[in-house]
Amino acid sequence: MVELQILLPAILNGLTTGAVYALIALGLTLIYGVLHIINFAHGSLLMLAMYAVFFLHAGLGIDPYLALPVVVPGFFALGYLLQRGVIARASHGRDENILLVTLGVSIVIENLARYFWRSDTRTIETPYSFETVDLGVAFIAVPKVVAFAGALLVTLALWWVMSRTDLGRAIRALAKERQGARLVGIDVDHIFAMSFGIGTACVAAAACLLLPSFYVSPGVGHTFVLIAFTVVVLGGMGSFAGALIGGLIIGVTESLCGLYLGESLGQIGIFLIFIAILLFRPTGLLGHRA
Amino acid sequence: MRRQLLAIVAFLAAMALVPHLVDSEFWRNWVMMALFYALLGQAWNILGGYGGQFSFGHAAFFGTGAYCSAILHVHYGVNPWIALPAAGMAAGLVGAFIGFLSFRYGLRGSYFALVTLAFAEVLRILANTVPITGKGVGLLIPLEPGAANMQFADRTGYFYLILAFVGLALLLTLWLEHSRFGARLVAVRENEDAARALGVDVFRTKLAAITLSGALAGLGGSYYAQLFLYLDPGIAYGPAISVEALLVPIVGGMGTLFGPLLGSFALHGVSELAKLAFGEAPGLDLALYGVLLVLMVMFMPNGLFGMGRTTLARLLGGRRDA
Repeated sequence: MVELQILLPAILNGLTTGAVYALIALGLTLIYGVLHIINFAHGSLLMLAMYAVFFLHAGLGIDPYLALPVVVPGFFALGYLLQRGVIARASHGRDENILLVTLGVSIVIENLARYFWRSDTRTIETPYSFETVDLGVAFIAVPKVVAFAGALLVTLALWWVMSRTDLGRAIRALAKERQGARLVGIDVDHIFAMSFGIGTACVAAAACLLLPSFYVSPGVGHTFVLIAFTVVVLGGMGSFAGALIGGLIIGVTESLCGLYLGESLGQIGIFLIFIAILLFRPTGLLGHRA
Repeated sequence: MRRQLLAIVAFLAAMALVPHLVDSEFWRNWVMMALFYALLGQAWNILGGYGGQFSFGHAAFFGTGAYCSAILHVHYGVNPWIALPAAGMAAGLVGAFIGFLSFRYGLRGSYFALVTLAFAEVLRILANTVPITGKGVGLLIPLEPGAANMQFADRTGYFYLILAFVGLALLLTLWLEHSRFGARLVAVRENEDAARALGVDVFRTKLAAITLSGALAGLGGSYYAQLFLYLDPGIAYGPAISVEALLVPIVGGMGTLFGPLLGSFALHGVSELAKLAFGEAPGLDLALYGVLLVLMVMFMPNGLFGMGRTTLARLLGGRRDA
């Protein structure tokens, strides 16, 4: 049995990582909830955002957290254009096609990154990278605490947008009933692209929060995207609260599996959860039956 | 059917001449690799093209076949020719297992794609961890040239071996197109509920398709191991093989007999051209594949083969959608 002094920090660390997973998953679940597609390009968009943050820091010396107001709107626009210009156009409205197109987009982004920036792993150093906070039971790195708080804030903001604004109402209407939404005058293509843009903006926010404590490489999206899928599937496709809870659960699971099974085999715990949920409860914890 | 059979025989005969007529080692190799990817694509095509179940993780089958034959050979001294069918069977079993779990619970479309992707990833992590695969360092197959060891000194043997596999895959697909099983599979692709209502056992049909598809990909894996004599988890279970396996039939034409063949040659032609234009740059060929995937879905959803067929029919003044 592992001592409590090791167990508690592991759980706390897991929670902080989990909040970032939740943030990435939030974007994925929003896109799924509205467009009913699984966005395979989500991970590579995260990677791209992380490079953006990295180069803003390396080139212009902008702190990752201060990069938020630049990167987030930028990626929102990118997501909007991607949906409107590529995905919607290529898919001819068929779900299998959307699946293949997002896969294609992810292959392009990832390999262009590999071509331009090589496969090196890059990290940035900030004055607070190695600072820790004493939470009484454990010391947690400052960037992780910020990431946790930031992820919760973004989730809250997103929840506010979805429930209190016209845009949110339009998105929810579209998620429920495509034809009906069109009939009451909602610009369907525009709202689709807005949803995709917001989903991509979530990923950009996650990138800003991640980079002070994480590395970036062309393959880094892979690390996150399957985890984000797991979170979304665990929480229930299209459910915001589910994504948050799912993210925290997965973060803690990963941390504990790493503790008991070792770094390499530890990842397997997540995938086993993933496969088990897909098989036995595809609606997830908080999802509705389709 | 007779015309298709004739076409297959003619193709195989023409290909059989390649090692004798083509002087350049480079181009012989190129044709060989195109045939290799055609085999993987044909494996995917059975499940994805005819059955409509899009797998994003065919590396799970390929890698299992590769590791199975390599491990049997390296650790247990089994002759590669005997390990070959074992590899096919092991990969088929993995297919049956994944199929049993996911089809039992009615996973379709993107859910199925996700599950296959996740299984390939689980296997990659496992291969990275258990000692029998040599972990991340990889598995080196000792060089013992000789046809008895499925290692050919002059490469012509490798050429005929892959040609035989491709021939087998083509004949299998031809049979599929004209069998009741194939008809059931297409019915499932077109409308699962309607097929069920007509008395098709949807679960068993899909299960058979994924098993067959997995076994073929496993043969490809076994061949790969003997050709390159080296495996590591990234090669065997990485996403590159999965992408290649689905791209080849999509470019060539899903659910057609010759689609994967056409797709494989077209794709590798493009990739050679890209190398000529941009030089050997890591990532660029795959990026190009991604662009091609998007463009194909956007402009030619029926693939090159479907496109060619439609144009031909139009030129001959026949039915537009022959």
